[in-house]
Amino acid sequence: MKLTGAQALIKSLEMEQVEVMFGLPGGAILPVYDPLIDSSIRHILVRHEQGAGHMASGYAWATGRPGVAMVTSGPAATNIVTPLCDAYMDSVPVVVVTGQVAYSVIGTDAFQEADTVGITMPITKHNWLISDAQDIPRIVREAFHVATTGRPGPVLVDLPKDVANTPMDWYWPEKVDLPGYKPNVKGHPRQIKDAARLIMEAQRPVIYAGGGIVKSGASRALRELAELTGVPVVTTLMGRGAIPDEHPLCLGMPGMHGNYTAVTSMQKSDLLITLGARFDDRVTGKVATFAPDAKIIHVDIDPAELGKVRRPDVPIVGDVRAVIEELNKAVKAEQQKTGAASDISAWIAQIREWQGDFPLKYTQDDGGPLKPQFVIEKLRENTPDDCILASGVGQHQMWASQLWKFKHPNTWINSGGLGTMGYAVPAAIGAKVGRPDRMVWAIDGDGCFQMTAQELVTASAERIPVKIAILNNAYLGMVRQWQELFYEERYSEVYLSPDLPDYVKWAEAMGCVGMRVDTADDVVTTIEKANEIDDRPVVIDFRTDWREKVYPMVPAGASNDDIILGPEFGEGGR
Amino acid sequence: MIAHHILTVTVENKPGVLSRVAGLFSRRAFNIVSLAVSPTDDERFSRMTIVVDAETAPLEQVVKQLNKLIPVIKITEVAPAEGVERELMLVIVKAAAETRSQVTELTAIFEAKIVDVGYEAMTIMVAGEPDKLDAFSDLVKPFGIVELQRTGRIALPKLSRQPTRLRAVKAVRA
Repeated sequence: MKLTGAQALIKSLEMEQVEVMFGLPGGAILPVYDPLIDSSIRHILVRHEQGAGHMASGYAWATGRPGVAMVTSGPAATNIVTPLCDAYMDSVPVVVVTGQVAYSVIGTDAFQEADTVGITMPITKHNWLISDAQDIPRIVREAFHVATTGRPGPVLVDLPKDVANTPMDWYWPEKVDLPGYKPNVKGHPRQIKDAARLIMEAQRPVIYAGGGIVKSGASRALRELAELTGVPVVTTLMGRGAIPDEHPLCLGMPGMHGNYTAVTSMQKSDLLITLGARFDDRVTGKVATFAPDAKIIHVDIDPAELGKVRRPDVPIVGDVRAVIEELNKAVKAEQQKTGAASDISAWIAQIREWQGDFPLKYTQDDGGPLKPQFVIEKLRENTPDDCILASGVGQHQMWASQLWKFKHPNTWINSGGLGTMGYAVPAAIGAKVGRPDRMVWAIDGDGCFQMTAQELVTASAERIPVKIAILNNAYLGMVRQWQELFYEERYSEVYLSPDLPDYVKWAEAMGCVGMRVDTADDVVTTIEKANEIDDRPVVIDFRTDWREKVYPMVPAGASNDDIILGPEFGEGGR
Repeated sequence: MIAHHILTVTVENKPGVLSRVAGLFSRRAFNIVSLAVSPTDDERFSRMTIVVDAETAPLEQVVKQLNKLIPVIKITEVAPAEGVERELMLVIVKAAAETRSQVTELTAIFEAKIVDVGYEAMTIMVAGEPDKLDAFSDLVKPFGIVELQRTGRIALPKLSRQPTRLRAVKAVRA
């Protein structure tokens, strides 16, 4: 069967079971948009290419399947660089197809030419420039394979216009042949046994669960491990929802804005069972003083993570779900052989004491300014258990991660590693496209919202009823917080104004329902109103207290021992 | 000589692979001392001999990160004490009539070779261990070096009866 390169590309995407793609056409990708008309693939027309990339990422988080975006060459390709880098940092399987100028004119500074493969090399797991139409099915197959296996990540396929127009003989490769790419899935049995023994011996163990748990679908295995051993679990920013927050062994989020118990239990532990996490600086604080007494078990599918920051005592390369399942067996075998594990009841008692003494705290005064934390708690109380929550980056993200009670994995979508402001709106749209059966809310900041809000036009046009809660404190809040605490209250370029833009009018102009909330009394009724709207997006402008800061906080570069609890705990916050 | 380590890396012979490897080193802030790329007896593959500054990054991280590059097929570490290292240098030295004999003498001592002769200069080829090349260039410096080029070193493990010297980090799998 003869196809053009463009037809072969679309057919290859269909063979990869792509149902939805996010994109925006242009000169170099024009040939591919023609066969798209006849394809089963739904295309969502975005308003900015960055939106397409983040939507693909949100789609991937919500569904566990790769998200696909397609844009043209040059400026479109550079506009999608941020989402690629974001997905790279957070290991999200995203496949991006870019148009390229004709192969014959590459290197001549042709109109809308950019060295897309060169630019995206360091921020993709791999990328390909297609020089021969005959290679298209093979490369698409390889691209999806690389994106979704091993440590997931974004890939990019760059397709020159003349290649897209060249005829080829259709085929579909049965298997992928990449001699330099063979991820190790199964953990080493002896290492797993060693890990089980360490767990049995530990007096103050903590499970440090990261985003890898969510990606590999290891939630159930994790829960079994925790219950089998009685070891408490911290869930990182990327791993929130890996185990339900209401589970008695779940301690919540550690790190720079983690709760006291999660931070301190890691700090004092004698064994960190690290599962699909990577000792990010936002978790460890000053590395030299991080969990000084802890032995480390580190399970990761990426061998390069083992020993990158902290040398593990027991390194295990493998898929975290497969490894935990084996680990559970090994722990059971140990338990049968040597009787019960070491008694950790004193440790648990210590943890309960911390939880009682140092909970997350804020005060919503009657008639006082609206607290952002209050909005988040009310939102959680008035949304279904399986509601998907997206967020941007900054104070609102930290409050959301701290206070939202996650009950399921894959219900929390945010930009962790790169910290991309503006992530929430497009990510929420992508999630809703992937899971139309679920309610999808985004908690966004006013600064973030202004970066990507135009994608709500996309959502209105495509009837994607996402709901956006803007915690509008009229500031670039996290930056303001740092200037207040570390720059002697010298506020430099952080004020945004609560009224400019008028968020309600802006929402309406984009085809959404817009609402405003100024007082605590109106929070619940407005959320209820928003929940009833299912035919268009909703934006609520919550006017929140600009003075509110995120606590606890470990200042950048400080030791986790120096955690600041905040004014709710009196002078000094300790 | 700074602490260094030698990696011989078998890569797919495809466009952009050198850029991927070089880009990885700069992105992860690893320093390259020298880099030599050559074809292998199998045209599908090329071999890179990379001398890594072992002080800027733990070798283990360099190797693991390199292994993540999809066109990288196999990495072999050669510790400096366990390898045979050679390098080639071409140097144009000023050699007018009054100094020519001295330069020629040095060339003979170093078992180097005069490969081109001009009116006032000579091009000399020196091959050998990198230290020898350093010594030669130091010694001819007073005569005046017009231009100097070195290839960067290539290396193979020393042969031994003990089979453990070669550590294949990632084997070729079909």
